Amino acid sequence: MQDTIDYSVLDAAIEEFGAKESSLIAVLQRAQEVYRYLPAEIFPYLSAKLGISEAKIYGVATFYENFSLEKKGKYVIKVCDGTACHVRHSVPILEALRKELGLSAEKKTTDDGMFTVETVSCLGACSSAPAVMVNDEIYPTMNPDKAIALVISLQGVKNA
Amino acid sequence: MLKSREQLQALRETLLKAINAEKQRIIVCAGAGCVSKGALKIYKKFGEIMSEKKVNFSLELQKEPHSDGVRLKESGCHGFCEAGPLVRIEPQGWLYVKVKEEDCEEIVEKTVIGGKCVDRLAYSENGVIYREQKEVPFYKSQTRIVLSNCDKIDASSIEEYVALGGYTALEKALFDMTADEIVKEITDSGLRGRGGGGFPAGKKWSQVAAQKCAEKFVVCNGDEGDPGAFMDRSVMEDDPHRMIEGMIIAGIACGASQGYIYVRAEYPKAVARLNLAIKQATELGVMGDDILGSGKSFHLHINKGAGAFVCGEGSALTASIEGKRGMPRTKPPRTVEHGLFDKPTVLNNVETFANVSLIINEGAAKFKAVGTENSSGTKTFALTGNIKNAGLIEVPMGTTLRKVIFDIGGGMRDGKKFKAVQIGGPSGGCLTEEHLDLPLDFDSLKKVGAIIGSGGLVVMDEHTCMVEVARFFMNFTQHESCGKCVPCREGTKRMLAILNRIVEGRGEDGDIEMLEELGKFISDMSLCGLGKTAAGPVLSTIKYFKDEYKAHIYDKHCPANACQKLKTIKIDPELCKGCSKCARHCPVLAISGEIKKTFAIDQSKCIKCGTCLDACPFGAIKESWNG
Repeated sequence: MQDTIDYSVLDAAIEEFGAKESSLIAVLQRAQEVYRYLPAEIFPYLSAKLGISEAKIYGVATFYENFSLEKKGKYVIKVCDGTACHVRHSVPILEALRKELGLSAEKKTTDDGMFTVETVSCLGACSSAPAVMVNDEIYPTMNPDKAIALVISLQGVKNA
Repeated sequence: MLKSREQLQALRETLLKAINAEKQRIIVCAGAGCVSKGALKIYKKFGEIMSEKKVNFSLELQKEPHSDGVRLKESGCHGFCEAGPLVRIEPQGWLYVKVKEEDCEEIVEKTVIGGKCVDRLAYSENGVIYREQKEVPFYKSQTRIVLSNCDKIDASSIEEYVALGGYTALEKALFDMTADEIVKEITDSGLRGRGGGGFPAGKKWSQVAAQKCAEKFVVCNGDEGDPGAFMDRSVMEDDPHRMIEGMIIAGIACGASQGYIYVRAEYPKAVARLNLAIKQATELGVMGDDILGSGKSFHLHINKGAGAFVCGEGSALTASIEGKRGMPRTKPPRTVEHGLFDKPTVLNNVETFANVSLIINEGAAKFKAVGTENSSGTKTFALTGNIKNAGLIEVPMGTTLRKVIFDIGGGMRDGKKFKAVQIGGPSGGCLTEEHLDLPLDFDSLKKVGAIIGSGGLVVMDEHTCMVEVARFFMNFTQHESCGKCVPCREGTKRMLAILNRIVEGRGEDGDIEMLEELGKFISDMSLCGLGKTAAGPVLSTIKYFKDEYKAHIYDKHCPANACQKLKTIKIDPELCKGCSKCARHCPVLAISGEIKKTFAIDQSKCIKCGTCLDACPFGAIKESWNG
């Protein structure tokens, strides 16, 4: 876990996308990729560099679903609750994962920082419904048992 | 870098020769569905086995043609996702379905070396074996034009796209046509926006072309956010150059030299493919400055969405590209006048741009020959839900729902009964049995209160509760409402609250009327398309399934046996041994009884959590929806 912010990440992103207002989302996306969330400390820094008020940056960061102001787990498990997954019973998968990891709709990340469980509107993997995405990989035709087996195998990676 | 049209034509000829020289091709579908079922492992395995058996094969298109080579390649989505992983053998056109790693050896031995079809891997239905892909019922009723390249080419190769006629439309647009002629051709074709609205593309282009402004933009909406839709994803991932070619042509026609593609971040592969395609096109000289020596320029940029459904709306999308919150603004002025960075902007959807090269190449008349009078061409649909053959399909506009669901889709999954299909996602509506012979086109659907939307078709069977489906969509829209205008922000919340009550068995007399009133109000008063269509799923389910709403509200009964809070949990006295395990597990102490005698559940205390069902060692506890 990094406690001090590595601002060079932001400098590199601003260099790449340009120090202008329209780069804000791309820069925040890069920051989120690296830090796995948006630490509030970066807002004043970005405000000075991009010439946008902190309030506006905060507005953008909270408007979009993909940005998180809270730390996320090493494995972000997104349970697809798109229409196709929903009618093929994705909700029991979500419930099983939450139960297994002691999480809820409010508490999304485990205390050890390993797992975050959240829903996503649609992964576009409707033909493999119900689908679950862990980081960038899609797991098709899931059910509660398979989802729990997946979590156990990911925990195994940690312990190995 | 190519400097002239002649150089591109010469290159195309060489590449086509190289493709024609390939003796055989093993095409492994690398669409999302097949990859998630192990297609990449199969691709690797083919390579290993062919190396082992010393088969002369290559992974890339060979510039120097030789006649005995076998080509192993990954292609985009073949559409028949349900039967994946898919492998097709060309030139025979044989399709192998549900291929496993263990099957690769047999395919190499029998098909590649022996030249014979492995019949056990061919698709079969009711005892009939369909060897060739084009004979398989799923494909037979389709007209795959926009998706024609997806299952053929390696999307990471611009050479393959060029070889199969790619960028010929761009040549025509640059050298044989004036800007006005291009716009006229698109107008005459009757091409209508494929993103949902169905606005004539030619009209949009001519309005932007008419603007006297030095700086204009072309923007592609690849923010496919409808739950249950993945058509644009396939085009962006599997045939990115087709869409890019359409955008460059739009730029030439309207006088724009900069373009933006707005893609969902949930589609990382599409982002990577588009980035690669832009790089390739620029290096080849079909994009960038002085394209093929024509003096015209066009540059493309990619913006990743950050997860906001409302960004599918034009002015919200351009705000997002500008780095702001994606909130729609009042119109007019329209995007064609004041769009991105306040400049005139052509904003079309992925599939719309993907149709452009076709129209320029073949002419408006030929394009119009497919489809219906007012909805020309084809439409791609993502067919999902409780259907046998889920997948990506393309049919002429005006094809009936019956043909799509029963001929192509193969009917309902597990022999269940068809109940409804949700079309157009959260902005659309549901269609029922009475609409099965309705032609799928913009105008016919509008008449029955649904929209084509971007093309998601979610099929539902008798076990799907329509009230719960309406609640699901309202939950989605309420969550995605940007909060700018009150009718949408507050109205969707109120409607959701009522729907939540109904599915939980707390519906009241007057709820249906209140939903209808609110729905009409939100539709009339909201600022943008998201709010205007938000009530669609609720209003259309009330229209066609009012009895289900009534059953929930007045009888506290879910006819589809789906709503969890409306079930009853009972103990079967025949099976109960009186062990008390259920009573000890019940979190609300609703179960009581004497040891070795039948236990009973106090329904007034039961919260339907189902803990007792898991706890009972004898299977004596059962759920029922019959009161």
